Amino acid sequence: MDGNSKDDALKALAARRWRVAGALTVAMLVAYLGFILLVAFNRPLMGLQFVPGLSIGIVLGALTILLAWVLTGVYMLWANRKYDPALDELRR
Amino acid sequence: MNPTNAGTRIGQPNLTAIVFFLLFVSITLAITYWAARKTKTTSEFFAAGGGISAAQNGFALAGDFMSAASFLGIAGLVATSGFDGLIYSVGWLVGWPVVTFLIAEPLRNLGKYTFADVVAYRLRQTPVRLSAAVGTLTVVVFYLIAQMVGTGNLIRLLFGLSYETAVVIVGAVMILYVLFGGMIATTWVQIVKAVLLLGGATALAGAVLYQFGFSPTALFSEAVSRYGPEALAPGKLVSNPLETVSLGVALMFGTAGLPHILMRFYTVPDAKAARTSVFYATGLIGFFYLVTFILGFGASVLVGRQAIIGVDKGGNMAAPMLAEVVGGTGFLGFISAVSFATILAVVAGLTLSGAAALSHDLWSSVVRKGHAPEAEQLKVARISSLLLGVLAIILGVVFKNQNVAFMVGLAFAIAASANFPALLLSMLWRGFTTRGAVASMLTGSLSAVLLIFLSPTVQVELLGHASAPFPLKNPGLVTIPLSFLVGWVVSLLAPEAEASRRFAEVEHRMHVGAGVPPKGAAPPDVAGPVAPGIPEAPQEI
Repeated sequence: MDGNSKDDALKALAARRWRVAGALTVAMLVAYLGFILLVAFNRPLMGLQFVPGLSIGIVLGALTILLAWVLTGVYMLWANRKYDPALDELRR
Repeated sequence: MNPTNAGTRIGQPNLTAIVFFLLFVSITLAITYWAARKTKTTSEFFAAGGGISAAQNGFALAGDFMSAASFLGIAGLVATSGFDGLIYSVGWLVGWPVVTFLIAEPLRNLGKYTFADVVAYRLRQTPVRLSAAVGTLTVVVFYLIAQMVGTGNLIRLLFGLSYETAVVIVGAVMILYVLFGGMIATTWVQIVKAVLLLGGATALAGAVLYQFGFSPTALFSEAVSRYGPEALAPGKLVSNPLETVSLGVALMFGTAGLPHILMRFYTVPDAKAARTSVFYATGLIGFFYLVTFILGFGASVLVGRQAIIGVDKGGNMAAPMLAEVVGGTGFLGFISAVSFATILAVVAGLTLSGAAALSHDLWSSVVRKGHAPEAEQLKVARISSLLLGVLAIILGVVFKNQNVAFMVGLAFAIAASANFPALLLSMLWRGFTTRGAVASMLTGSLSAVLLIFLSPTVQVELLGHASAPFPLKNPGLVTIPLSFLVGWVVSLLAPEAEASRRFAEVEHRMHVGAGVPPKGAAPPDVAGPVAPGIPEAPQEI
């Protein structure tokens, strides 16, 4: 009995990892393509300074870099806290 | 090119630069000597025996990625055209999360030394490894040319040495690192270099911000009052919107296909360390790019665009000139030495990944069908490193005075189109076949090379024609989807039963790995057994 149910549980866990990884990838893609499309198609907006010396473009660019790091951190925390223990459980 | 009138000592021999550079070379050669005594197996040569920690690998990844092009190039671009530099910083960084989410762990669990291990895992070894090697070597060679040509020109400006001397020094020292110390030495060279580069750039940015009360907006405002509000808005770089998107896509997915980056995931003990190391690397590189942005604006305000362009039309001297203005000749020397060291380290990483493709993918797997003894593999790896090092020197001299920008673009576009789609499809899609993989990788490499040849960069800027048959400078927007499409269609045309049956094994191993070693045990023999591929007997997992 345990052979098959273990296999199924592993498959479910693997599918969950791909779902999380996929969702985070899409989040990164949307943010980045959003930034690139704004740069490409709305130059005046990106050049708008809402504080003297700080344009929307610069803030969005810096935020995209920050977001990339935060998303990587979110994935790492999820994988370390949820995925790895579940995997260890199944490995036994 | 010796602007004594500009009040800078750039282009004249600089004692501080030479002392710092000699110090860097002595320390890293001492590391190589230490590493050489530990490098006795192919696993140690290609993957440092899998014994590098996540934090160490994070610094090494960052070191491999932060080339002189991104340090001096982005600072120069920001100094001369303002905001546009940020487009590159962002594009180069956002590839890393994709690497973390989709590539790092499966790669670590499935492969041994190269990304071809993963693609070839359930497919036929010979054709897959041959085409993967074509893609890898093309990327490595173009990236090497760009770095070597960049080196020659930079060093002429920074140290006052001749172009050829600089290329030979870089080539020779790099050969020593790789030949004797393998991945262990190369990793430590990267770590030392990453710390120096991050420290130097941060100190320089601190010195700039000190003059503006540590307020970046005060610095940006000063740039606006000097060069107008255009400095903070997208400029001439984005005259063609599709061009911007294409460049962005190639930068993003190129990272996930760079052979010397992918190879780093085999130096850590397990998937968890692989994942954690990319988190460190992403933070370090992101921080570095933001700092570079401050340096660029700092240079445009404190040095002035005219003076920067007066020394080098490309603006590449912006950061060193800034160092001279805020910290004198000594600081200029330090930053110059760090730039030289940076090129040296990146070239070493590239050469090692090229040697892995030649020795592990072509010699051991294709020529000897996996029956080469350990000593022979190591010998072939060392010969390959030597050949690639000599080739890098020759190409560096031959391509002197060439425009290197298109070579870097080419390297990223090929990495994104040839390697990334095949890698992703082999991990995610049961129906992927040997023919599909070969078609995808070859289509990716060839279409990227062809379209770059037909692009305005080559046709208009290099050959002087009035117009180019292909409108975009970077072909990523066309070639990446094309490579996916070809891989998909060709696989559908002729299904491969064995490859599809063995997908379950790939799935299992991709997530579970080859087993986790007990705590405190010696590092495992990297990913355990070699990825077997179809011709060999199926193996137990």
